[in-house]
Amino acid sequence: MLRALVLLLLTALPLSAEEVVLGLSQDKVAITATFDGSEILIFGAVKREEPIKPAPPLEVVITVSGPSEPITVRRKERRFGIWVNTDTVEVDAAPTFYAVATSASFHDTLSNVEDQRHSVSIERAIRSVGAPSSIEDSQNFTRALIRIRKDQGLYQRLEQAVQVDEQTLFRTSIKMPANLTEGEYPTRIFLTRGGEVVSQLETTIDVDKVGLERWLYDLSRQKPLIYGLMSLAIAIAAGWGASAAFRLLRQG
Amino acid sequence: MQIYLPIAEVSVNAFLLLGLGGMVGILSGMFGVGGGFLMTPLLFFIGIPPAVAVATEANQIVASSFSGVLAHFKRKTVDLKMGCVLLVGGLIGAALGVVVFNYLKSLGQVDLLVRLCYVVFLGVIGSLMFVESLNAIRKSRKNSGPVKRKKHNWIHGLPFKMRFRVSGLYISVIPPVLVGVAVGILAAIMGVGGGFIMVPAMIYLLGMPTKVVVGTSLFQIIFVTGFTTLLHATTNFTVDIALAVLLLVGGVIGAQIGTRIGTYLKAEQLRILLALMVILVCAKLALDLLLQPSELYSLGAPGGH
Repeated sequence: MLRALVLLLLTALPLSAEEVVLGLSQDKVAITATFDGSEILIFGAVKREEPIKPAPPLEVVITVSGPSEPITVRRKERRFGIWVNTDTVEVDAAPTFYAVATSASFHDTLSNVEDQRHSVSIERAIRSVGAPSSIEDSQNFTRALIRIRKDQGLYQRLEQAVQVDEQTLFRTSIKMPANLTEGEYPTRIFLTRGGEVVSQLETTIDVDKVGLERWLYDLSRQKPLIYGLMSLAIAIAAGWGASAAFRLLRQG
Repeated sequence: MQIYLPIAEVSVNAFLLLGLGGMVGILSGMFGVGGGFLMTPLLFFIGIPPAVAVATEANQIVASSFSGVLAHFKRKTVDLKMGCVLLVGGLIGAALGVVVFNYLKSLGQVDLLVRLCYVVFLGVIGSLMFVESLNAIRKSRKNSGPVKRKKHNWIHGLPFKMRFRVSGLYISVIPPVLVGVAVGILAAIMGVGGGFIMVPAMIYLLGMPTKVVVGTSLFQIIFVTGFTTLLHATTNFTVDIALAVLLLVGGVIGAQIGTRIGTYLKAEQLRILLALMVILVCAKLALDLLLQPSELYSLGAPGGH
């Protein structure tokens, strides 16, 4: 037990023999008016001072996560012949986007203990403190959350998606869908051997609205009355403009 | 062409939105309904968050109604006096509606109640209109004489009478104000202009001539939905101006075309078409409630709907 603990501490220390050097194709995602998703290339190398260990093989896990927000999951049930929302579970924090890419199958790359320690898998990235006691199957709600977001391309589990060459170079690409939320996207890279994390690195990708999108969003939050009046003015001008244009068309 | 909506935070096809706006605009011009009862569910369907869809739709209705009402002003088919009386009721109703909406929200069942509201009102109004206009068409075929309207009912016994010259009515202001309040409440809860309720109410309850009903209803809707837009923009921040612009560009053009089409159709035909459309939307919503959904779980903002 003690030896295992010492080993664990040693491997977690930054003095580990293998370290990650990272590159990103872009560290900013700009949401413009014509934004239609983005693909980010994440690549890097392993820096080491000693010869490559032959076994167990070096594996890489990469996670990209959106800002975490609380969310409500509701379940429908048949009541009086119609389908009604009945049970509700509040999930305390769920990332709006989460992609985890591994170089082998997930369980070969990362042990359960390490997954728990670093919250790597999608299931562990979601934090749900507790459902109301009236609901016994709260894990069904978390599963539903993952299922729905997977269908929307917001949660991705990409096994064998990281390519590792000569146990030194690695790369993967992660597709970010068009319905992204703004914010800082923490990106983590883990090097593992035999399921244990030997080195890790964290960086962030900024996802920001720019230009017109930025201006409209800020206006709607900071000066809502002006924004509302502007919306109305545009609506009335468009209505009047169309009417006038059609009158001209008929006369001309 | 994909476009990213800044408030809704989703990316959608711009031409799809233009097309939807145009289609609903044509219907709005033809029948004098804002088209919200069609557009709001359609926006849900293409993946716009419900809160944004409801608020933005209110803004879009302002545009298409304004465009439509101008065409009606040209033809002198707007009863301004009646419109103002309805509007007074409408604003009171909208304010009440927001209170009711927030109360339902605190109960956590607002979605269901909104849906039930839709099904009940669309169903009742749609079938009543359908039967009535079918009878009217049958009568006008049998003896081509004018259809006799009931001239006197309990409404004429109420006080505060007022003369509405354009509508050719001399009735108490109480029923129009009450109609306005009722429509205002429903408009705020259901996120629609309320034309599909007001048009039949004006024809059957107030006995207004069909000719002026459409223009007058559009006139009133502009102000009620304008008020609603401002409420949503300042309290919920859910009006998406980019979405609104795309919808209204299609919508205002559609409304102009629709108003022209409307002049070529007889009042009974117009009503029977509107009735069929209302029944169709109602049936779709009812099926959603009755059939088992493919996904039993749904995600929502915490505390919200």
